[in-house]
Amino acid sequence: MRPINSIIEEVRSEARLIRTFRLDRDLSPRPGQYLMLWIRGVDEIPMSFSGPDCITVQSVGQATEALFEMGAGSSVGLRGPLGNGFTLKGDKILLIGGGVGSAPLAFLGERARASGLAVTSLLGFRSKEDIIFQERFEALGEVIITTDDGSYGIAGRASAGLKEFSLFDYDQIYLCGPEMMMWDVISRTREHATKTQACINRYFKCAAGICGSCCLDPDGTRVCLEGPVITADRLLESEFGRYRRGPTGEKGPCRG
Amino acid sequence: MPSLSIHAGGLDLANPVLLAAGILGTTGASLCRAARAGAGGVVTKSVGSTPREGHPGPCIVAVQGGLLNAMGLPNPSYRHFQEEIDAGRSSGVPVIASIFGSSPAEFAQIARALQADAFELNLSCPHAEKYGSELGRYPDMVESVTGAVKAAADVPVWVKLTPNTADILELGLAAQRAGASAVVAINTLKAMAIDIETGYPILGNRFGGLSGPAIKPVAVRSVYDLASQLEIPVIGVGGISSWEDAVEMIMAGAKAVQVGTALQEGYGIFEKIALGLQNYLERKSMTLEDLCGLAWRRQH
Repeated sequence: MRPINSIIEEVRSEARLIRTFRLDRDLSPRPGQYLMLWIRGVDEIPMSFSGPDCITVQSVGQATEALFEMGAGSSVGLRGPLGNGFTLKGDKILLIGGGVGSAPLAFLGERARASGLAVTSLLGFRSKEDIIFQERFEALGEVIITTDDGSYGIAGRASAGLKEFSLFDYDQIYLCGPEMMMWDVISRTREHATKTQACINRYFKCAAGICGSCCLDPDGTRVCLEGPVITADRLLESEFGRYRRGPTGEKGPCRG
Repeated sequence: MPSLSIHAGGLDLANPVLLAAGILGTTGASLCRAARAGAGGVVTKSVGSTPREGHPGPCIVAVQGGLLNAMGLPNPSYRHFQEEIDAGRSSGVPVIASIFGSSPAEFAQIARALQADAFELNLSCPHAEKYGSELGRYPDMVESVTGAVKAAADVPVWVKLTPNTADILELGLAAQRAGASAVVAINTLKAMAIDIETGYPILGNRFGGLSGPAIKPVAVRSVYDLASQLEIPVIGVGGISSWEDAVEMIMAGAKAVQVGTALQEGYGIFEKIALGLQNYLERKSMTLEDLCGLAWRRQH
C-alpha cells in the first residue's frame, strides 16, 4: 500500500510536549494498532491511535519535532492501521498506563465502556504537568494516578499504585507505557501474566514484517506485525525489559 | 518421496529453498525461526565494517506486483554480529553470512573476522552509496572482491549479482574466474515511486530496489543466461512466491532458490514451496537434477 494522503484537521496540546493530531479520516483501527506516519521529506514513524481518527504524540526527536511544526491544514502520509491491537475480554478490566502510553488505553477504555465492560484505570506520569486524558479516563470509571515527583496523586511509579487494587478482581489487564515501567508492572504481577496484554515498542523499519529489525528474542516474534500487543507471559520469557535492538540492530539498554 | 536434498555452492542443504538476504535476518532468533519453518539454509542481513542505521523512512512501499525498498544496509557491523550468526547456526541449517564493503580489502576484513558456513557477497544492493551495485556492476571489481574474500575465508563464497547492468553474464563470469562457489541472481531492480499528491519520492532515499513477482521474469532470464554459461551453480532469487515459481527457476538452471518478499505471507512459505516441489517431482517421476536447466535442453 502506498501512503494515503491525509490532512490534519485539528491539533490539541495535551501536556508539555504532548499533542493530539486529529486526521481527516477514520482508518477504523482497533485500539493498540498503529499507523506509519510519513512526514514528507523527514521520516516515517510508528504512532499508536488515541482514537479512531487521532494520534497523540510526544515530541522526542527529529520527526516528531517536524510534526509539531505542523498545524491544521497540513498534510501527512499514512500507512495503516497496522499490527494486532488489543483484544477485549471479560467483564471487568484494568488499564495501566504510563505517560503518553496512556493514549491508546483511553481509546481502548472507551471501546470497552461502550461494550458494557467495567473499566478501572491506573495511570503513572512524571509530574502533574504531564498528566493527559484525565477526564477521558474519569468518564470510564475509577482512576488512580501516580506521579514520580509526588506532585499529584500517589507518589512513585505506576507500580506504586498497584497496592490499591486486587488484580484477581479483573478479567483482563491492559498495559502501555515506557518499557521499564511496563517491566516493573509485569515482573511484580507474574501470577496475572496470562491475562495481561501489553502494547510494546521496538524499532520498526519496514512495519510489514519482513525486514527483521523489530524481532524479539528468543522466538523471533515480529513486533510490527505479530504485535505490538503481546501477553505478559510471553514477555517474561523474552528480551523485554533486559535489552532492545536499535536502528543498527545492535543490542542496547531499555530506557524509560 | 523424491529427495530434495542437494549439494550446491559447497553446502549440503536438506532442501533447495533458502531464506534470502535482507529478509528477517537481523537476529539469530529470526534466522532460527526460518529454519524451523523449513528453510534449507538461511542468509543473514548484510553486515559491513561499521554500524549503520540505514536510510530514513519510508523504507518500504508496496507497489503493483511487489515491494520497493530502500533500507540502506542497516547493520550493527560485523563486530556485533557473530553472536547472531552463532544463534542462527544452532538451528542446524547452514547460515550464509551476507557481507558488504566498499573495497576488496574491506570485504576481506569482514570475511576474516566472521565464522559462518558460507559468505554471500553483496555486490548488488542498488540503493547504498559506495556499496553494492556501485561496485558490483564492474566485472573487474566483482573479480577482485571475490578473489580477496576467497583468499581471506576458508568457506564457500557466493556472489550475489545485480540485474542493473547491460550484461549480467559478464558479472557471473568474473565471479567464476575469481573462484566463487556459486552466484546468486538476482538482487532487486533499481526503481522508484512518487507521491502524486505532493511530488515527493516516497522512499526516504528517493529510489530503492524492486522485489517480488514483478521481477520474476527478469530473474528467470538472468538465471537462464548465467546457468547455461557458467560451470559454478546458480542460486535463483527474485519474485519466488510459490512452488510453481521455484520449478520455473530450477528449469532456468537454478540449483537452489531463495525466498524474500514472499515472507510477507508468513513463514509457512518455505514448507509450502518445498512440499509443492516434492509433489511435482513425484508426479513427473523426476529428480531435482532432471529439472535443473530443463529449459536449455528444450530446443526447437
